[in-house]
Amino acid sequence: MTLPAPLAAVEVRGLVRSFGTVRAVDGLDLRVPPATVLALLGPNGAGKTTTVEVCEGFLRPDTGVVRVLGLDPIADSAALRPRVGVMPQGGGAYPGVRAAEMLSLVAVCAARPLDVGWLLDVLGLTGVARVPYKRLSGGQQQRLALACALVGRPEVVFLDEPTAGMDPQARRLVWDIVSRLRADGVSVLFTTHLMEEAEALADQVVIIDHGRVVAQGSPAELTSDGTQRQLRFGARAGLDLGALCTALPAGCQASEPRPGGYLVEGAIDPQVVATVTAWCAQQGVFAEDLRVSRRSLEDVFLELTGRELRP
Amino acid sequence: MTNFSPGTFAPAPGRGRLSRMLIAQARIEFVLTLRNGEQVLLTLLIPLGILIGFTLLNVVPVPSPRVDNITPRVLALAVMSTAFTGQAIALGFDRRYGVLKRLAATALPRWSLVAGRMLAVLGVVVVQLVVLGSVAAGLGWHPHPAGLAPAASLILAGTAAFGALGVLLGGALRAEVVLAVANMVWLLLVVAGGIVLSVHALPRPLSTIAAVLPSGALAEGLHTTLAQGVTPWGALGVLLAWAAGAGLLAARTLRLS
Ligand SMILES: Nc1ncnc2c1ncn2[C@@H]1O[C@H](COP(=O)(O)OP(=O)(O)OP(=O)(O)O)[C@@H](O)[C@H]1O
Ligand SMILES: [Mg+2]
Repeated sequence: MTLPAPLAAVEVRGLVRSFGTVRAVDGLDLRVPPATVLALLGPNGAGKTTTVEVCEGFLRPDTGVVRVLGLDPIADSAALRPRVGVMPQGGGAYPGVRAAEMLSLVAVCAARPLDVGWLLDVLGLTGVARVPYKRLSGGQQQRLALACALVGRPEVVFLDEPTAGMDPQARRLVWDIVSRLRADGVSVLFTTHLMEEAEALADQVVIIDHGRVVAQGSPAELTSDGTQRQLRFGARAGLDLGALCTALPAGCQASEPRPGGYLVEGAIDPQVVATVTAWCAQQGVFAEDLRVSRRSLEDVFLELTGRELRP
Repeated sequence: MTNFSPGTFAPAPGRGRLSRMLIAQARIEFVLTLRNGEQVLLTLLIPLGILIGFTLLNVVPVPSPRVDNITPRVLALAVMSTAFTGQAIALGFDRRYGVLKRLAATALPRWSLVAGRMLAVLGVVVVQLVVLGSVAAGLGWHPHPAGLAPAASLILAGTAAFGALGVLLGGALRAEVVLAVANMVWLLLVVAGGIVLSVHALPRPLSTIAAVLPSGALAEGLHTTLAQGVTPWGALGVLLAWAAGAGLLAARTLRLS
């Protein structure tokens, strides 16, 4: 006897959603296994919010199948909503409502909510509990929205750019919360523009562009493209890289992406490192902060989605 | 790695009690209305000013006793201001701020998004009736006792009609457009819709139209019943028809954002 495969927390197959002539999502597949964290990355306008809103039941798919906890977000909305926590990209409170009032209202909608006072305290909102929403700072508004997503003790949480506009302390706190959510068995789908955040939190990263998946896998899988590595070092700005480029093996390139910051890309092996340091000796400079690293998630992202600014 | 103890966020989902959700939502929207300066101006201060000013100052000819003729019109104005203008504007901006999406993402059923708002509106109307009624009584208002119950039904039906129209407007257009249209319609109905001037005092084609507008029906209905104690079935019918028509349409056009 085989056990049935565990029901995915979120399952999206062949999702298409257009706005007029714009295909915001164009044949997207993704799957969030239970108690895991999926990070959805993509340039502005890639279709992240659209995807999340379809999963939340706010947008109807043109074609494709979306299941959350095995249920249809629109047809089974009443059964599904109490089990799902939602943090939208911006907004989500009456302009004049006080932070504590808003969270209490959302808490009343749940059968066994988290303690509102405790949650405000944890998110550093106790001091502004009586401040109207429109007078909260951007980061405070974000924290309140996160609190609203969590207060009902959901099984699945959708967070659309949860750390946008947050200071580093608040961001760490969110990371801490997401880690705890996963450990406690909650499935999380979040979007972000911070590669570091995706690497730190996600079991699975999905990079989308123009509404399509362009890469997916664990952060390690995405950045471990075989032999490709980077060597970085600092030295006096404006060194002539001609001799170095000739000395490097084929497939390795040297550049100075910012003044005084040098980058060698390609199949970096110990021999290449020796070549670089020998060249530095010839130039009479120290190679400061010399380090060899795998490609970062950001490199992968830029490679896949290009370097031009999105409209 | 985490500072939270295990099980802090262990799932325990479930729907809250419907009555508690509905009351909590209505209570917040009621409180927010009374906390908002512009809403208080629209729903209380302007009707109060008109009631007191038109009663005490002989600027426009009104049959005496002045207060008995002015109060029903001021009550109609108050209901319209709250249920239609104020509510449409609040709804437009709440949609802009993602409030409806926020609430729609909770266990609150969809119909209660509107039902909660209507309860809040009703609460504000009760506050208006108490305040305006007391001030009118202080000014010597003597409503016909037999007219009080029909007047209450008219006010309920008027709140429903204007509320449905408010949701229709505030639930469909951009917040700034809602603001402009709601204020314009308010002004039009006050002047030419049978509120300030009696339907019978309006010029010919306008008087026919105003009589079947919710403003004209509510003002004339209240005037008749509070003066004579009879039940104005026609006005009640007009208001209920508006409530049903606008309500059905609004249910189709309401957008969350
Ligand atoms: N309601 C809408 N009406 C018209 N076009 C829309 C609407 N919502 C989204 N779009 C378009 O769909 C595309 C995808 O938008 P979406 O908001 O999903 O992007 P995103 O990946 O979330 O971007 P960002 O990183 O800026 O939040 C964009 O081209 C956007 O202009
Ligand atoms: Mg977005």
